[in-house]
Amino acid sequence: MERLLRIDRRYIFIFVALAVTIPLIIRVDLPVPATKEVKGIYNKIDSLPEGAHVLIAFDFDPASKEELQPMALALLHHCFRKNIKVIGMTLNPGGAGLADSAITDTGKQYEKVNGEDYVFLGYKTGVELVMINMGENIYSAFPKDFHGNATVDLPALEGVQSLTDFDYVIDLASGSSIEAWIAFGKEKYNFDLGAGCTAVIGPDMYPFLQAKQINGLMSGLKGAAEYEVLIKRKSSAVAGMSPQSVVHVMVVLFVIFGNALYFMTGRKR
Amino acid sequence: MNFLKRTIPLIIAFIMGVMMVFQYYVPHEASQSLLKVVTRWGITIAGFAVFIGAYSLFHLHWNKIKRKFPGWGYSIFVFFGAGITIIFGLYNGGEFFLQDKQEGTMFDWMYFNVQVPAGATMFSILAFFMASAAYRTFRARTNEATILLIAAIIVMLGRVPIGTMIWEYLPPIADWIMSVPNMAAKRAILIGVSIGAIATSLKIIFGIERAYLGGSD
Repeated sequence: MERLLRIDRRYIFIFVALAVTIPLIIRVDLPVPATKEVKGIYNKIDSLPEGAHVLIAFDFDPASKEELQPMALALLHHCFRKNIKVIGMTLNPGGAGLADSAITDTGKQYEKVNGEDYVFLGYKTGVELVMINMGENIYSAFPKDFHGNATVDLPALEGVQSLTDFDYVIDLASGSSIEAWIAFGKEKYNFDLGAGCTAVIGPDMYPFLQAKQINGLMSGLKGAAEYEVLIKRKSSAVAGMSPQSVVHVMVVLFVIFGNALYFMTGRKR
Repeated sequence: MNFLKRTIPLIIAFIMGVMMVFQYYVPHEASQSLLKVVTRWGITIAGFAVFIGAYSLFHLHWNKIKRKFPGWGYSIFVFFGAGITIIFGLYNGGEFFLQDKQEGTMFDWMYFNVQVPAGATMFSILAFFMASAAYRTFRARTNEATILLIAAIIVMLGRVPIGTMIWEYLPPIADWIMSVPNMAAKRAILIGVSIGAIATSLKIIFGIERAYLGGSD
């Protein structure tokens, strides 16, 4: 039993690899009921009229892509289906490429035109300062979009002068940008804010949810899967639920087994 | 020298700190114009931080190579990766860096075929290490550790779709753990951190906290 407690970690890695790959090969459809936190974002976007302006901040980089890109794509599909104008931006230097490809590729599927139906403003350094600057005047913060077009001439931004004019703002974050959007954006310029984040950050967001500083939250791949179910477009997030479920069960079994061995070997004494 | 290195930065911090605190509560047009100007200054200054960051990174790795620290060979890849990225970024598909960003350049290719998969791989490796760490170290040694362990098991199972299939009450219990005890603890930490941030800000504004100036003060 002592040897089992000190098992080479590479054996555990093999178990994890199998737990991830087998459910990807043998597809099992698991039920993914939407939680009220995810429904908060869905209902808000669903209630917006055609031509409304939604700002999506892609504040994540490739390291968090697997969790946050499915959220971004699900949100974009929902917005474009409802003919909502999407304005994208990022406060993460590594996020510009992912954000641009997500908006452009999804826009093409709905025959949307860059600059008219959507615009990607690109990356700007400064985080809180950018938010305040956008709250004062969005054209001052982003004189040009990601592709070098003057933002003041873009029909997609017609009727938008500052953050206050957005019908909804969503921050997809792999860091602490949601807190910044609340403190320097929502509280100062008064707009509706929703958030998506990695599963690790999710628990930190509950105080803001309860205080209604964010009206909804997508947490981790499961949050993205719930949104995919709500918009009736099952994709990579829903597909990822089976391996994630199996790995979670396996980790729990590891913990139980490890503790059982621990007590059987009399280590507690 | 001390006047330039210490006194002037302290005076600037005091004036700007006090001014921006008052600005927040004054809705006058002049106050809003000041905010606009100051934030633009801030964004410009923040842009220059990239040079300090790059210098710091290269300096650290150059020293590692020079002194042959363990794993110094990896530092060569820092220069290699950063060099290639900077060159193709500045080259901008033949249009060079003064023009707007071009589409489909080598820089884009490297982003989507090197940085994106490498970042995803690094993140995915966490699952392997977490499983190994959970097996080896997550022990019910004390009452507090036992409570934490039980809560972790409930949340881990309750937050994935299979949780409902195991026991229908798992997800509601997991939600309760997240919405009540977790939220209470997070809020307490948040309030503590916020009060600490206010105290530190006041100390900086009034020149009591001077560590940001560098040196031993």
